[in-house]
Amino acid sequence: MAEIAKKKIGIEISLAVAEAVKQCDVEVISAYPITPQTHIVEHLSELVANGELDAEFIPVESEHSAMSVCLGASAVGARTFTATASQGLALMAEIVYCASSMRLPVVMVVANRSLNSPLSIWNDHSDVMMVRDSGWIQIFVENGQDAYEHIFWSFRVAEDPAVLHPVMLNMDGFILTHTIEPIEFWTQEMVKKYLPPFQPKYRLHPDQPITMGAFGPPEIFTECKMAQEQELRKTMPIIEKAWEELAQVCGKKYSAVERYRAEDANILFITMGSVGETARVAIDEMRETGERVGLVSIRLWRPFPLEQLKAAVKKAEVLIVIDRAVSFGGPGGPVASEIRNALYSEKKRPKITNFIAGLASRDVQPDDFWRIVEQAKEKVSQGKEDQFEIYGVRE
Amino acid sequence: MAKPGDQYKWTELEPGFVVIEPGSATEYKTGGWRSMKPVWDESKCIKCGLCWVFCPDSAVFQKPDGYFTANLDYCKGCGICAQECWPRAIKMVEER
Repeated sequence: MAEIAKKKIGIEISLAVAEAVKQCDVEVISAYPITPQTHIVEHLSELVANGELDAEFIPVESEHSAMSVCLGASAVGARTFTATASQGLALMAEIVYCASSMRLPVVMVVANRSLNSPLSIWNDHSDVMMVRDSGWIQIFVENGQDAYEHIFWSFRVAEDPAVLHPVMLNMDGFILTHTIEPIEFWTQEMVKKYLPPFQPKYRLHPDQPITMGAFGPPEIFTECKMAQEQELRKTMPIIEKAWEELAQVCGKKYSAVERYRAEDANILFITMGSVGETARVAIDEMRETGERVGLVSIRLWRPFPLEQLKAAVKKAEVLIVIDRAVSFGGPGGPVASEIRNALYSEKKRPKITNFIAGLASRDVQPDDFWRIVEQAKEKVSQGKEDQFEIYGVRE
Repeated sequence: MAKPGDQYKWTELEPGFVVIEPGSATEYKTGGWRSMKPVWDESKCIKCGLCWVFCPDSAVFQKPDGYFTANLDYCKGCGICAQECWPRAIKMVEER
């Protein structure tokens, strides 16, 4: 293991993320400020203005333009970064789909925030669920160190010549972006060892004209989408290798599906993002009382880690899926729907309950997990586990 | 592209459907979109070339005798040439 800068520095996570982007020697940043993402790109613009980062910072008039600039920059072969949230992601959505379909390895942080209306600047996962099917590699982080290290991972995976898919790093707005945490920074040598220079397979250059984002009439569109789907699926071994090599550099082992006290658990929480940290606290408390609870925290949302998830939940009797977004009129929260789908053809599968919690940063505290376990047991005993619940709503 | 689009398997496409041969759009014949085609009346044509200038698909070309006509593999029948032709030498005629 390489030498790690052992000294921890207390820093706002947004700033640590911006520092990681700087350490990646990013060449183009284009972004539009939106709460709670603003501090990330604000700090990057300072670093560029101060001459600490030799990059083009391109301020634009909207997120639609921000992603459009990122596409152009990535197409000419530049390492490219942006960040957004909520309404910004909504405005950007059209171009978000273009980035992945054109296989441009842009890295974007989404500081997850609910979608209006009513106007909310607070945290949940409704924004990312809107672009769930966009073809980006999508990950969730649980804390500051995790967010910081996954910037390196994101560029490493996105730009791998066998990947070339953009990566979306989801971090909970405010809960992570505005929290000061002690962060172990990587040395520049560690970054250099982990992240090779970006060598694009194709780039727009007058010496060798090519067409990107061509017209795709009905006789070829289906083939294009089949290729995109299959090639995204094929990234799984490279994604896992990038985590293995990250562990060799900094000693931390991340995986597509994180488990906590899950081996012998009857009841498993399934979470995404920072709420997993709170679940761990609650699980430790509940274990004291003899309750066999555990956690499966989904880090990799796309491509969906089907096999890893099946392996992680196969011994459990009850799953409690915590969703942080509503699928209005749908069968449950978006994560629960996918878990049910993933396990449907398993011969032995756990009962799957679903609680939608933490909308717009409504607090989810350790006590809430105790209550959710009780409610889940009640649902299972009544055979009503297929009915999802919006947790904590005032009746 | 080296062959017509409907002959490609998904495994034969470049990542992101990047088209690496410049000028290969000529393989894609857009003439099938047309319902009306332009017909030149050479007794009225003064060979000014406005039709050639305005054709958005570059489908209009000049023949060796100096008069103009359209390459019907690419002419979509938009009628811009007929609209712009001030001597009224171009008539849009329904395809049959």
